[in-house]
Amino acid sequence: MKRALPSRDELFEILGGVMDPEVPVLSVVELGIIRDAVATDDGVVITITPTYSGCPAMHEIESEIRKALEAQGYGPAEIRTTYSPAWTTDWIAAPARAKLEAYGIAPPGPAESSELIPLRRRSASVRCPYCKSAKTEQRSVFGSTACKSIWYCNACLQPFEEFKAI
Amino acid sequence: MSIPALFPYLLRLGDDRLVLGHRLSEWCGHGPILEEDIALANIALDLIGEATLLLKLAGEAEGQGRSEDALAYLRDSGDYRNALLTELPKGDFGFTIVRQLFFSAFSLLQMEALQRSTNAALAGIAAKAVKEARYHVRHSAQWVITLGDGTDESHARVQRAANDLWRYTGELFVADDVDREVSAAGLGVDPSTLAEAWRSQIDDVMARATLTIPPTPYMQRGGRDGRHTEHLSHMLAEMQIVARSHPGASW
Repeated sequence: MKRALPSRDELFEILGGVMDPEVPVLSVVELGIIRDAVATDDGVVITITPTYSGCPAMHEIESEIRKALEAQGYGPAEIRTTYSPAWTTDWIAAPARAKLEAYGIAPPGPAESSELIPLRRRSASVRCPYCKSAKTEQRSVFGSTACKSIWYCNACLQPFEEFKAI
Repeated sequence: MSIPALFPYLLRLGDDRLVLGHRLSEWCGHGPILEEDIALANIALDLIGEATLLLKLAGEAEGQGRSEDALAYLRDSGDYRNALLTELPKGDFGFTIVRQLFFSAFSLLQMEALQRSTNAALAGIAAKAVKEARYHVRHSAQWVITLGDGTDESHARVQRAANDLWRYTGELFVADDVDREVSAAGLGVDPSTLAEAWRSQIDDVMARATLTIPPTPYMQRGGRDGRHTEHLSHMLAEMQIVARSHPGASW
């Protein structure tokens, strides 16, 4: 007897167990990478969008998604990539932001304005994820991965990373 | 929708970013400070990522079954369509950062306009690239201001870089039949329409950096037609050696 096709919610629940390889405290669903999930008689189709054009983790993410679906008996899955609408950190919801901070990564502020030549960074300071002080300074806009910047806390003297708003 | 000019147009967009991305990647492990080494590698990754998407689209527009890898690794310099600005050797940090400012400001304007392309795939790539280019412009502008308005040595170095690079900026804004055709079809943007906005932004940054724009009697060009400096062949020899030595290899 054939089993019923999984719903979109059921597929999202499975994918909620696939963690991002570079930010292992968040799932690919919480990051907003999964844009759609559809099951038909021909198989499961997952639509994803990359965070950055050159994000080197995308291949790993695709393979983890396939493995998670196959483990539930839904495979082989087809994975489609979409670039529109472009990924934004605004898709990371409040519970996921709290997980980021607890993990030691300052969550992203509001997405960048479309100001043409943004010479200066937005003025709001970033709260230290360790001691919660606002006495922090940015050391570099570019961090260990494309999605993070490097900060330093002048209160607890810890370097930390911030998830960059885009 | 596709027209014959779309393929060469997409090659220009992709090649600019592939070649400049490779030049930037040459800094990996050689940056002046660790944060900057990481920053340049990040920007290189963005540019090469954008190039991957644009060259994939170019291959589809051409319709001959060439993948983004075939276009990147199996073309000779005469088939590359990048602007000469992007292929010049990386020079010192001042040279690299002034070039990044000149190119990133151009790229941001170009990608903002391309978000309205009637080609949905190109519009999507552009919307993504705009977010990345904003960070690139800010990064290079801050460095140019810091170095230009810095010590005598740093000022002299970035002024020299600006003097050497200025003659390569004109080519970015020259429109030919390819540009006019994709622009008329709503697919692409005529680069000559971006010149004024670019110049006013560069004037602003250069003034804050206490740098002067050099007078240039002649603007170099040729990259868009496949006439390159000798530097591109040397760069491609290194960039393509693995793919050409092991055809079809995968890992």
